[in-house]
Amino acid sequence: MAKYPTEPLKCWPKAKELRQQFYRNFSEAKEKGGIRWMGSAWAPDAVVRGLGKDVYSVTGEPYGASCAFDKPLSAKFLSAAENFGFARDLCAYMRNYWGSILCNEYALDKGKFPKADFAWSQHICCSHAKWYQNACELEGGNVPLFCVDVGAGAYPPFEPEMYPHRIRYVADQMMDGIEWMQKVTGREYNDELFLEAVWNDMRLTSKWAEICMLNRATPAPLDEKTIYSLYVFGVLEQSNAEFADFYDELYDEVKDRAARGIAAVANEKARLMTDTQPPWGFLNIYRYMEKWGAVSVGSLYTFGLAGTWLYDEEKHDLIPRAMPDKKPATREEGCMMLADWHLSKPEYQHFYHPEYKTKMMDAIAKNWKCDGVILHYNRGCEGLTVGIAENRLGLLERGNKVMAYEGNMGDEREFDETATINRLSIFLESLGLKIED
Amino acid sequence: MISAGIDCGAKNTKTVILKDGKVIGKGSVLTGFDQEKAVEESLELAIREAGISRDDIGKIFGTGAGKDSVRMADDKVNEIKAMGKGAIFLFPNARTVADVGAEEGRAAKLDENGRPADFAINEKCAAGAGAFIEAMGRALETPLEEMGALALKSDKEIPMNAQCAIFAESEVIGLIHAKTEKQDISKAIHDSMASRIVSMIRRIGVNKDVVMIGGVAYNPGFVAAMKRELKLEKIHIPDDPEYGASLGAAVLAVDG
Repeated sequence: MAKYPTEPLKCWPKAKELRQQFYRNFSEAKEKGGIRWMGSAWAPDAVVRGLGKDVYSVTGEPYGASCAFDKPLSAKFLSAAENFGFARDLCAYMRNYWGSILCNEYALDKGKFPKADFAWSQHICCSHAKWYQNACELEGGNVPLFCVDVGAGAYPPFEPEMYPHRIRYVADQMMDGIEWMQKVTGREYNDELFLEAVWNDMRLTSKWAEICMLNRATPAPLDEKTIYSLYVFGVLEQSNAEFADFYDELYDEVKDRAARGIAAVANEKARLMTDTQPPWGFLNIYRYMEKWGAVSVGSLYTFGLAGTWLYDEEKHDLIPRAMPDKKPATREEGCMMLADWHLSKPEYQHFYHPEYKTKMMDAIAKNWKCDGVILHYNRGCEGLTVGIAENRLGLLERGNKVMAYEGNMGDEREFDETATINRLSIFLESLGLKIED
Repeated sequence: MISAGIDCGAKNTKTVILKDGKVIGKGSVLTGFDQEKAVEESLELAIREAGISRDDIGKIFGTGAGKDSVRMADDKVNEIKAMGKGAIFLFPNARTVADVGAEEGRAAKLDENGRPADFAINEKCAAGAGAFIEAMGRALETPLEEMGALALKSDKEIPMNAQCAIFAESEVIGLIHAKTEKQDISKAIHDSMASRIVSMIRRIGVNKDVVMIGGVAYNPGFVAAMKRELKLEKIHIPDDPEYGASLGAAVLAVDG
């Protein structure tokens, strides 16, 4: 019997339309006389916005995830990448992406894969460093590439200070990138558009963190399977004004749900959190958990990839990073603010030490009142999985119940659905839950 | 009350019948392709040994990878819960239990009631299960039953970087070509497998009363390797280790 009232999200159709339009814009960019670029979801896309309002992107990670959701298509892309000679243990998003280029097939509308005019990315992990180098070569070898290195150290409080020269290191690369973009596109750069985009990036990622805060409510107004469809705007294009406006709308709706006690999962009895990307072709495991009355309320992954937070050591809590007092006024100021904002992203921190991530995960477990943590030892993403076994130990030491399963976010051959469901049953039973018929 | 626990495993299906806290009947058959048939057959064997009729059984609990095939079960319990209950029924001080079967290796940390506090299961790979030794036995042209005794004859330490059965087989073939003694290869195989199981156990914590159940506990070479890896003089092994989980299911049927 339902414990709480539930209802569908009113802004769901809009979310779907916005996402479809984003991918359509990329494929139809040339018909509108626009520019296409490709790059990582972690790339500072606000910088590209200064090239004009008709500049469209496809970001590789959400694209790879969409491929993975369509298992036969993904199998075709993975096979194409492997037949080309790429190793099977590389990033699964990257292999889906390369396979898509090799098959010349765009997963989103089944047309030809649209060739980008340039690539704009960043180096957060070793896969990202090579992803677009190969993509540019696969697209004919004449696609120019610019990468921003963001290896500037952990953000406070993990390291005592974010020294100005570290921010300058990243900001200067953005400044160089702007010069480079003008050269490779032949377009004049519009600082006004750029500065507005920086503001939108901050607006969107700060609001996403605020939305996640609302999920502290019991019952949780959002479940993680739904969150996956909503956080995506923060990885498709953080500086997109329409997406930022959508998050304002979403915030109001989720706030209203929380206030009225509208549950994402009507029989919520236990709250869970997860980590890293899920196996995208098997999101049914989240529905399976619901049969036990378990709702996954989020993760550092969904909260921190699209949201900007600061970890408060004293309170042992994650706090949405507040918007700056004023908008940037010059190109240099915009780059400095954007670099500082990006370097504080929670998902950047664990690259420096697993303990930083453990602290943030434990803060989520405690403050979002989680009864258990489910870790995905994700063979498809070494970047986000690095240190995860350390995180497990750290979470156990801090009194959390933890379950781990192996899989792959984008390569179904490395995920054992039956064994994972069995393992979930054992874990959920150990939390005192019983499956409901 | 008479209860029965049926463990439908990947290779064998085992049934235990329990009356007033005593095992009165056991039955084991190969699971094969028809799991439901195996369940029926193992139950019939146990009933025959117990000298009772089916109607005398008050409650039946199913467990194991094929627990859904235990159609006549009053309830089904997960493997971790069943193995924990079985271990603590036999060894009340046990707080760590390892169950190494044909296709799966599992470990659980138990509370004083035999309830699992944490658990680990080997991943999508045969290198932590009995199937691994069986495959390596084929490569060595040695029957499975002789593999353990053969390993005990060796005192050599040959490291094998076996993360999976396929790579391990390549290593074994390499050792054969290098004219390594069969007994030394057999020991290396057991050491490698024990190392994987022990790393799983260490993940959840080891106490001094470690219980091992599952068919692989019959293998003296593997048990010796486990003791070495765990630095323990003794590992508790019941007389019929393969019945550990089915016994646990039968105990749980009485409790619940």
